[in-house]
Amino acid sequence: MPLLKVENLSISFRQYTKAFQQTALIVVRALDLSINPGEMVAIVGSSGSGKSLLAHAILGILPYNASMAGRLYYDDKPLDKKRVETLRGKEIVLVPQGITYLDPLMKAGRQIHNGQRGKAAHQKTLSILSRYGLDEKTAERYPFELSGGMARRVLISSAVYSEPRLVIADEPTPGLHIQAARRVLGHFREMAEKDAGVLLITHDLELARQTCDRIVVFYAGYTIEEALARDFDQVETLRHPYTRALWQAMPQNRFSAEDGRQPAAHINPEGCIYAPRCKDASDLCRQSIPYQPLRGGYVRCIRKEHYDT
Amino acid sequence: MKHLIGFITKNLLRMVLLLLCVAIVTFALISISPIDPLSANVGQTALGSLSAEQIAKLEEYWGVGQPPVTRFVAWAKDFIRGDMGVSLLYRQNVSAIIGERLKNSLLLMTLAWLLSGILGFLLGIIAGARKGSLADKLIQGYCLTISSTPVFWLALILLLIFAVWLKWVPIGLSVPIGVEAADVTFLDRLRHAILPALTLSITGIANICLHTREKLIDVMNSDYVLFAKARGDKTGRIVRRHGIRNILLPAITLQFASISEIFGGSILVEQVFSYPGLGQAAVTAGLGSDVPLLLAITIISAAIVFAGNFTANVLYGVIDPRMRKGVKR
Repeated sequence: MPLLKVENLSISFRQYTKAFQQTALIVVRALDLSINPGEMVAIVGSSGSGKSLLAHAILGILPYNASMAGRLYYDDKPLDKKRVETLRGKEIVLVPQGITYLDPLMKAGRQIHNGQRGKAAHQKTLSILSRYGLDEKTAERYPFELSGGMARRVLISSAVYSEPRLVIADEPTPGLHIQAARRVLGHFREMAEKDAGVLLITHDLELARQTCDRIVVFYAGYTIEEALARDFDQVETLRHPYTRALWQAMPQNRFSAEDGRQPAAHINPEGCIYAPRCKDASDLCRQSIPYQPLRGGYVRCIRKEHYDT
Repeated sequence: MKHLIGFITKNLLRMVLLLLCVAIVTFALISISPIDPLSANVGQTALGSLSAEQIAKLEEYWGVGQPPVTRFVAWAKDFIRGDMGVSLLYRQNVSAIIGERLKNSLLLMTLAWLLSGILGFLLGIIAGARKGSLADKLIQGYCLTISSTPVFWLALILLLIFAVWLKWVPIGLSVPIGVEAADVTFLDRLRHAILPALTLSITGIANICLHTREKLIDVMNSDYVLFAKARGDKTGRIVRRHGIRNILLPAITLQFASISEIFGGSILVEQVFSYPGLGQAAVTAGLGSDVPLLLAITIISAAIVFAGNFTANVLYGVIDPRMRKGVKR
């Protein structure tokens, strides 16, 4: 039974195009994924494609001019705004991107235990810090006294403080060198080993491949493929032409980029979103494309047989 | 600590330089003004009945014909020694007048400064935390209306309502009429200061309130507040934990820097309420060609305004950990 299930999630923003004309800008069109307890799932997409909105949507903290549709299930029960308010910060936690998510005028320790008083809270904070290789002086430091890596670990400490069941990590590694990034992701793996579900939102496919169990690929507002991490070992096991192109673009493979670019959020062609760049596109691709299971994963491609090797 | 001493020394030096500049500019302005020391001090009619020798004697006494630099140095020397000269209008030592007037004005300005600071900060928080709400709109409306209202007009209206119609407070002055100076209580002084202080603070509120609101909105849109929301914190707790912490420093700084505005406002308010403070003395001195008094008031006010800004700077260094600890490293 999945811990979290996201079905056909879409997120749009109200926007003023002219003085009084309001339009809805749809940033996320169809997002599907699920996370089991003890599992680490990555959602991979290019920077600025709206992946972070998934985290905000799950936690119910989208900005006031955003609205969402689709279904969210947590523990097999619908996760609505009321329910998430009782769960966030306790069972469901966010690990944000970086140092700007720490109050610049509050000591790290107080931000980890979130204002809980008493010796027990202090002791617990220190023991969590030491688990991540930070000494007790860190608790007395202000954010400006922390390095990028230390700030990441302080943020992780604040997440594990409440012993969560679902951890949503939003780009926790940019700006870290590769060892530090692996160490940070190792900390998430430890949480998964304690039976928490971990959702990693990242643009770093290689890092996701190395550390996660499953990878969901996000392209222009759609999840287009869900694959096991080991499916990325060779190109043939991948299910979608875009994912295959991504594979080709990886430095250890052919290191070659496809032509064209991801369409902007306001452009939405009929049918398959990838068709304009796809070498195998045909007239069939103009219809709406379902997200279907294939070889233990999912794919949003009408010509999936083509990739069913 | 060593850094703080260096900082204070540097700023004190700056203050001396500033006061010197203010003194020079004021002195220069007054010396090119048409004020004639003889006719101002002796009087036009008396001057007509004097003989040429007497006039020459007086001219020598007042330094007519001496170059301005010589006159300035003579004045500055005395000023530094504490001799600010004798007021033409009050026939008293300028330092004695300023001491008395400053006491009155300080009561008035301190009251206004505290009231406007506290009320403005609270209203700003209410408006900023619930941006777009009815409370926010009312508070903003109040601030914008008050900012565009001339302070003397507001003073007249308040005087009309509270002193003339309702008779809750005395109509003017700083002490009751017909009471011996020794019998005047602090409560009497407070009763006389309350309406002018309220008028001054009403205009001061707008400034600090709009600033606080803006800052709090920035904080509420920050990443760390988003993270606090993701951790399940409610708006009230976020304002208390993160909001106030992050807006208090700029608010304090602004409030100390706004001393100059309160000072400027006090001149008008004291005039309307016939309140014998420094502001009123400045107006009297200006209109009555009382050069020694005018010069001294200018220097003293510059010093007070500078002291306000200086305090803000020092407080920042002492309170903000980023500045306090940043130096140590």
